[in-house]
Amino acid sequence: MDKQIKKVDIIFQMDEDCNLLDILDKALAQPADDIILDLIDSGLKGRGGAGFLTGLKWKFTKNEDSDVKYVICNADEGEPGTFKDREILDKVPEKVFIGMAICGYVVGAKEGYIYIRGEYNFLVKGLQKKLDNFNKHLKDRNLDFQIAIRSGSGAYVCGEESALFESMEGYRGEPRNKPPYPTVAGYNKKPTVINNVETLVYVTMISRLGVQKFKELGTKDSRGSKVFSVSGDTPIPGIYELELGMPLNQFVDEFADGDAKAVQVGGASGHCVPRKKFNDTIIGFEGIPTGGSMMIFNSTRSMYNVLHDYLEFFTEESCGQCTPCRVGCQQLLKGIEAVKRGEKPPSYLDDLKKLTTTMRIAAKCGLGQSVGNPFNSIVDNFREEIIY
Amino acid sequence: MSKTDQLVQKLVRKHGKTRNSLMAVLQGVVQEERYLSEDAMIAVARELDLSAADVYGTASFYTFLDTIPRGKNIIRICKTITCHMKGKDEVLLALENMLKIKAGETTHDKMFTLLTVNCLGWCHKGPVMLVNDEVYTELTPQKAIEVIEEYSRK
Repeated sequence: MDKQIKKVDIIFQMDEDCNLLDILDKALAQPADDIILDLIDSGLKGRGGAGFLTGLKWKFTKNEDSDVKYVICNADEGEPGTFKDREILDKVPEKVFIGMAICGYVVGAKEGYIYIRGEYNFLVKGLQKKLDNFNKHLKDRNLDFQIAIRSGSGAYVCGEESALFESMEGYRGEPRNKPPYPTVAGYNKKPTVINNVETLVYVTMISRLGVQKFKELGTKDSRGSKVFSVSGDTPIPGIYELELGMPLNQFVDEFADGDAKAVQVGGASGHCVPRKKFNDTIIGFEGIPTGGSMMIFNSTRSMYNVLHDYLEFFTEESCGQCTPCRVGCQQLLKGIEAVKRGEKPPSYLDDLKKLTTTMRIAAKCGLGQSVGNPFNSIVDNFREEIIY
Repeated sequence: MSKTDQLVQKLVRKHGKTRNSLMAVLQGVVQEERYLSEDAMIAVARELDLSAADVYGTASFYTFLDTIPRGKNIIRICKTITCHMKGKDEVLLALENMLKIKAGETTHDKMFTLLTVNCLGWCHKGPVMLVNDEVYTELTPQKAIEVIEEYSRK
């Protein structure tokens, strides 16, 4: 097996010889169904973390019978350890716009929105300027589609798609029950395609480079490449586009400082992988899927502190509408503090693990459902650090 | 008509008289006045034909839509894991000592509010802070103090 990690340059690639608008014109000349078939064939899955097939999402929305449909770019990048979408919107925003315009054309939407988190307000002015320019190009092409920017105001949960719609509609960012899914009833209860920033750029680049080129990268279950946000104990923190399906040990060899004891894959809501499992962990949809966050911890770090930080984060960011998540997050946090102080026996950790199972089943959205990921993976692998 | 009423009317004209404009209007008020006063929320409710409680309900959900008075400059230090690992405690302590306030408080002269917040999306360049909308990365206590000194001169 190739021992080198394959670095890829698709997302940030700037073609000297290719006018980006040519990509749009090429797509607009194709029948909408062909574009959907290409996307499904490419195997492109959502790059925000959940990993739904992008082509299918578009197809479902296209098939809905409605005069009003929307395309939304989810730029509410709030997962701790993730910072790639900011870079993409800063460096190659036109590729995001083009992906949205292609989507608008395919599904029959007239309005597109970029929902960008309030923490990235400093980006908005420059982005709006480029967007105004792009919207003119769309008008010139007689494409009945315009894009606007909407800002968040500091709420992690609004990255959850239905909470994002609520926020755009002027309500508290509380997730909705699903179904109905956004493809049926999203923003303003109309059929909506909501894609991550990075996903939309891959749409643009698949259109530019062809399906085959994309399929050559990655594995059967995880086609293509992905932008990774690398942070923590690494001499080279930053943003890297890598082929999907790599074993974690290769990643660690390349990026860690030689003393890595754990890697948190997929952000605070992802999984903590200890050193002994580096060799047989695959980064991709067949192993541990990720929105791109890779946080490396070396042997000087206390995993109790790591877990405590995560639980504090979830306790504060839980929207509070459903009890399993609101109370569950608080109890997990209080629970590990009590075990640490010796007020509860170590076996209490097993009771808390049962609580995460309840949260997985009963919480309304992905936030509460996934708190068990970091909790169980850290408690199982670093139990002694939590207790002593 | 008060200054706040005028501001709210201007924002509603710009964004449209619909519920969907609520976030943008509230953000516009915070941009100008740094927080949402009771008067501001009542004005927004009147202009958008909502109940004031409804407006407060939305506002109170969002960290950046403050409903208590804030200073002219709002400092937000990221406290999430990687910034924590890279020394945000020292940065916070340095600013607390400099401004003579604790996190969550506002200086007497109403120039600065010091807050700790969740992940700001700069984990590769921590510790990091926002001052109003501007971002400052790879902070040391000294660097953070210099940034804030710059603001106190403005």
